[in-house]
Amino acid sequence: MALLVTSGIIELLQDKIATEILNIPQKVIQPDEALISSGLVDSFSLVDLAMLVEDNFNVLIDDTELNADTFDSLDTLTEIIISRLE
Amino acid sequence: MKNNFACKLIDQFNRNPEKIILRILINHEYQPITYENLISGASAYQNYLSKLGIGIGDIVILILPHGIDLVYAYFGCVLNGSIPSIMPYLTEKLIPEKYRQDLELLIKITCPKGLITFAEFSQEINFLKTMESSIKSVVFVENVNPYKDDIKIKNQFPGLQRTLDDVALLQHSSGTTGLQKGVALSHQAIFNQLMSYSQALNISDSDVIVSWLPIYHDMGLIAGFLMPIFSGIPLILMSPFDWVRAPYKLLQAISKFKGTLCWLPNFAYNFCAKKIRDRDLMGIDLSTLRAVINCSEPMRQNSHEMFYQKFKSYGFKRSALATSYAMAENVFAVTQGGIDLPINFDEISLRKFQEQRKAIPVDKDEKSVVMVSAGKPIKDVKVKIINVDGKYLQERFIGEIVIKSNCLLTEYHNREDASREVFINGWFKTGDYGYIADGELYISGRKKDLIIVGGKNIYPKDIETNVMEIEGIHPGRVVAFGVFNEIKGTEDVVVIAEIEPAFLGREDEITSRIRAKVTKESAIALRNVHLVKKKWLIKTSSGKIARALNKKKYIQEVLSR
Repeated sequence: MALLVTSGIIELLQDKIATEILNIPQKVIQPDEALISSGLVDSFSLVDLAMLVEDNFNVLIDDTELNADTFDSLDTLTEIIISRLE
Repeated sequence: MKNNFACKLIDQFNRNPEKIILRILINHEYQPITYENLISGASAYQNYLSKLGIGIGDIVILILPHGIDLVYAYFGCVLNGSIPSIMPYLTEKLIPEKYRQDLELLIKITCPKGLITFAEFSQEINFLKTMESSIKSVVFVENVNPYKDDIKIKNQFPGLQRTLDDVALLQHSSGTTGLQKGVALSHQAIFNQLMSYSQALNISDSDVIVSWLPIYHDMGLIAGFLMPIFSGIPLILMSPFDWVRAPYKLLQAISKFKGTLCWLPNFAYNFCAKKIRDRDLMGIDLSTLRAVINCSEPMRQNSHEMFYQKFKSYGFKRSALATSYAMAENVFAVTQGGIDLPINFDEISLRKFQEQRKAIPVDKDEKSVVMVSAGKPIKDVKVKIINVDGKYLQERFIGEIVIKSNCLLTEYHNREDASREVFINGWFKTGDYGYIADGELYISGRKKDLIIVGGKNIYPKDIETNVMEIEGIHPGRVVAFGVFNEIKGTEDVVVIAEIEPAFLGREDEITSRIRAKVTKESAIALRNVHLVKKKWLIKTSSGKIARALNKKKYIQEVLSR
């Protein structure tokens, strides 16, 4: 069950981030790929990422958490989302 | 006492030592700084620099993130009579090797005597030990204690001896190309600018400036740092790092401290309008704002409208929308609009604009474009438009904007070649295209090859060099340019590169590598990469890649598909 939830969240994030934030729909973001430290999601898009998570999962990411130390991949972002869903 | 930076600061201190001149956002709290705190903090740095043998007229590079250390270190240089120059801090995106190369280049050209940074940065500057450089000492802020109570305010700061014609500071734009052109500005030029600009803004005792702008950039350095501190206008300062993650903090700060003036690059209007949730605006009051000034990238009516619609119910007045045309080479402002009167918009014929290079008010049923006025030149700044032959053009003819003023740069530091190129008969060539109508300046484009993303200058050559190093890309067959993105309110960087025939079929892989390399080496999130077959790119008769022609071809063939 937990695995299904995880893969579902990752898939949704993969799709939404590629189309809505990166504007590169054909891009497949790997679950462990660096998002922030690599510059893939640039600083101007961090707020979009927080809004996307809130709109889709009703989970709040504080602006002080928008850095590579808190999460830097779909895997770690999904962990945060799941921990706050419960 | 002479009138220079140090004198001005001491004078403000003597008049009102207890005045809180700066509130700086640190971990959710605004830390108040009085003139006394400022002098005391700065004198700790002055003392330290002086003991190290760094003195009058020596250049000091500051590599510090936004915060109180940067403020004290900057004014420490001022009190020491040294010439401060801020280099942007290494962001996590940039690879350290690239940053090192840029820094090495900056040091070679600028010849600084000192460098102030954090101890944690020591690894990044290890190379200095092996390099033959002008740097005598590196100062780590951890070793300077600006909070000691026993620091005596001295009236003998070396900085007091500087003359008005001496260079007061250096300012660089970012990137490999930008770092090679340090704009050297004299005390006199900066004071002249502050006087004319304060007058254009009708500055009064009730003003409060709120800023998130980086102070290594002219808009942040002058409007959001030096002008308020030298003129006694309270300044509320947050770092760009905080603002970009929480843009609502700017609006909350305006409300909390009754901000009256704020400068924003065009994209920030879109950014604030789109990326702030209403819950973060609850209870705020923006009615104290008398001018939000759009500056440092192409200005759009749409962006103003978006901002106004978002914030009007919080008391934001339409009359507070303002514009300015500015550049580091003129210290800051060239023109100012929207202060006493509303901003003018000029709806002109698109056809005549493109075909005849004229800005003619539109006839009925004709395609048009709305131009935003940048206002009138500020006092003691003259603006003219010239054609390719250097002849002055009349109103409504489009040409290159040239300026003459009492606040122009002394030179590009140690770059006689570059300094010579930018003047024509005593007029400074801005590299921007525009026209004048009813005495107001309208900016219509750019002659110089420059991309402006989010107010930040990016030189296409830097990006093209990155891309040419990628395997599978035909060396010399790459072009980079900016295309305006209406949604973001700023330019997107576009890269077009010719792929080697042997690499056909591997486009996705090469595209990813281009994006990653440009992000790491130029700190730009590159989204638009367009790989083309051999001979797609247009070259000029002299064999160079023609950026403007290729941009036109891209817009016609790719964007309009």
